[in-house]
Amino acid sequence: MKQHEEEVKLLKGNEAIAHAAIRYGVDGYFGYPITPQSEVLETLEALMPWETTGMVVLQAESEVAAINMVYGGASSGKAVMTSSSSPGVSLKQEGISYIAAGELPALIVNVMRGGPGLGTIQPSQADYFQAVKGGGHGDYHLIVLAPASVQEMADFVGLGFDLSFKYRTPAMILADGVIGQMMEKVVLPPAKPRRTDAEIEAQCPWAARGKHGRKQRNVSTTLELDPQAMEKNNIRLQETYRKIEQNEVRFEEYMTDDAEYLLVAFGCMSRICRKTIEDARAQGIKVGLLRPITLWPFPSEAISRLAERMKGILVCELNAGQMVEDVRLAVEGKTPVRHFGRTGGIVPNPTEVLDALRKEVIK
Amino acid sequence: MTKEEIISAGGSKVAAKPRLLLDVNMHYCPGCSHGVVHKLVAEVIDELGMEDTAIGVAPVGCAVFAYNYIDVDWVEAAHGRAPAVATALSRLNPDATVFTYQGDGDLAAIGTCETIHACNRGENIAIIFINNGIYGMTGGQMAPTTLEGMKTSTTPYGRRVDLNGYPLNITSLVKELDGTCYVTRQAVHTPAAVRKAKAAIKQAFINARDKKGTSFVEIVSTCNSGWKMSPEKANKWMEENMFEKYPLGELKNTVNPK
Amino acid sequence: MKNEIIIAGFGGQGVLSMGKILAYAGLLDGKEVSWMPAYGPEQRGGTANVTVILSDEMISSPVLDTYDVAVILNQQSLDKFESRVKPGGLLIYDPYGIHRKPQRTDIKVAAVEATEAAIESGNPKTYNMLLLGALLKLVPMVPIETVVKGLEKTLPPRHHKLIPLNREAILRGEQLVENL
Repeated sequence: MKQHEEEVKLLKGNEAIAHAAIRYGVDGYFGYPITPQSEVLETLEALMPWETTGMVVLQAESEVAAINMVYGGASSGKAVMTSSSSPGVSLKQEGISYIAAGELPALIVNVMRGGPGLGTIQPSQADYFQAVKGGGHGDYHLIVLAPASVQEMADFVGLGFDLSFKYRTPAMILADGVIGQMMEKVVLPPAKPRRTDAEIEAQCPWAARGKHGRKQRNVSTTLELDPQAMEKNNIRLQETYRKIEQNEVRFEEYMTDDAEYLLVAFGCMSRICRKTIEDARAQGIKVGLLRPITLWPFPSEAISRLAERMKGILVCELNAGQMVEDVRLAVEGKTPVRHFGRTGGIVPNPTEVLDALRKEVIK
Repeated sequence: MTKEEIISAGGSKVAAKPRLLLDVNMHYCPGCSHGVVHKLVAEVIDELGMEDTAIGVAPVGCAVFAYNYIDVDWVEAAHGRAPAVATALSRLNPDATVFTYQGDGDLAAIGTCETIHACNRGENIAIIFINNGIYGMTGGQMAPTTLEGMKTSTTPYGRRVDLNGYPLNITSLVKELDGTCYVTRQAVHTPAAVRKAKAAIKQAFINARDKKGTSFVEIVSTCNSGWKMSPEKANKWMEENMFEKYPLGELKNTVNPK
Repeated sequence: MKNEIIIAGFGGQGVLSMGKILAYAGLLDGKEVSWMPAYGPEQRGGTANVTVILSDEMISSPVLDTYDVAVILNQQSLDKFESRVKPGGLLIYDPYGIHRKPQRTDIKVAAVEATEAAIESGNPKTYNMLLLGALLKLVPMVPIETVVKGLEKTLPPRHHKLIPLNREAILRGEQLVENL
């Protein structure tokens, strides 16, 4: 493996996550098989990073165990992650709430499939609400990154961990079956070594990793029975979230300069919408795209600004209408906002999106 | 009585407070076994020189605040998940000695899956399992280890096996797993029992440090509040009833076979 | 230049790997590539298809409704994808097991008897390479030698002894469409 330099590869999105994790210097991955994300665990097991970087890879007995392993590892200041798909991520929610409450860094990957229930193994974006509104119990947020390419699957591993450690809050890569299963060219970043114990102690003085001469013991806990103290914990969390909202909104605009209509889409749907825009513009329809890269924090300001000069907005999602609610909150009625979605694992093609734009928005 | 008064009244009978037992009031009910086991864990960690390397994993249940009492690094786990949390701590921090401290509801009901699989993988951890046959913290409900006929707030007429199934002997179960190296059942109701229990806990911590596999120490305990008995009567009841289903002694020792 | 291709047939025919080899050759040739499978439960004999795009520019949607080229290996796939070839596009199909032939007249249609050729050759596993050879002869989007180089890079060394066999199959596939 050419670990020390950039490397161009043809990889599935799921495989890219695994390669990027090793190169980022992740300390531990804990997972459980579920379609369509099992290649993350499979690739890590095949690459045997414990022999090279010393990264721990473990197939846990359940998604529940896996997220609690992440909680344990994160409590000791390690860079740890898990991945799953929708039903498995539902199982992880209690643990994710603990990680958020414990102000711990961790990365969770959700390669979404269609639900509800056992649902389907085909692509979906129906876990948007779960990801951006918290997901588990209590007032908390995850930093939610929505990759739209295999390259971003690789890049967001590093970005997710960087943000997660910066703000001491868990980050999620919210991908979908298309991005997880498709192969594209990906430039893998040069490998960097895992942090040393001394580096972890310096970066994470709160870590419960054995006192090692420290006077004060470190305790990673989320329990606080005194309401006054627990409210303070909540206020501190909210202050962190406000900082993240101020500093970390990420989005991409495509052909919005002269656009009269706007598509808003994330993940694989944003790719389909780009093709729709190519086709629409060939027919003289001036349409552009705003793609949120962070779903939380949400690019509300950018959408509000664009809404001023749009004749209408179509939000395209692989769900029955979730992100559209956040778009409407951002637009505040300045222009009509409509939704186009497919559910159940169906991925619409670019022509369907164009038909919906004509029918719902242009009229 | 103040703490000072108790110590002065005890005179020479009070040897010393374990160095790593923090100087705070415990929330446990008077007569509870947890206090004794905490003391033993604190002594063992000190005697083995593990103050800087031990990481405890606390459960949900009465021992949820174990991290307030023993002066080492701790992680407070979600209900039942301590063995999973400990798995990652141990694998990611190979120089640490990782132990869990769990009650019967945490370890043998909601956390059965994590318990069995951590033991089966032979994680290099010590599991201290307090079995008092009841959910203490939530107010005395039936535990997986509640004896047949035993009254709890959710079995007010006594546990019926036709309704609630049989008491779960999880310790005998984990003995059968190839990953466990040391499985023992102890109690802390007499000075002699306390000495034996301490030796068992010490062995478990040594095994965890030396990466010998999973060590599992059950402490058959009382819950005089949940059982609605005086501490003394609870000890007697435990001897007469609990020990029949959960007999004391070593069940497995592949590290120092007899 | 952009080629939007669908390859469709049964699981086990080498549909996905043919697409992957083509995409990898595109990558080596400096193109943007995407490979998007229709995935399902792991199962032999089910239907399998993959959308492969090779382009000189950034690829927008990996999911398409129409294609420049369709490589069709069974009747179900022909029924599903014949109408989705762009006018002026190309449909390659293996007539083995096809009872209703392609009907369209506004596209180029090439029958490639790859099943027969694979059985004849004694190496039925090279079936998909025969088709790849035929495809690249009709639509020379990447040089054959780049495909071979791609095999060297993607196959584990223990399988490198099979590369000459695959190369031969690609060349044989080219011959199959020489007279079309």
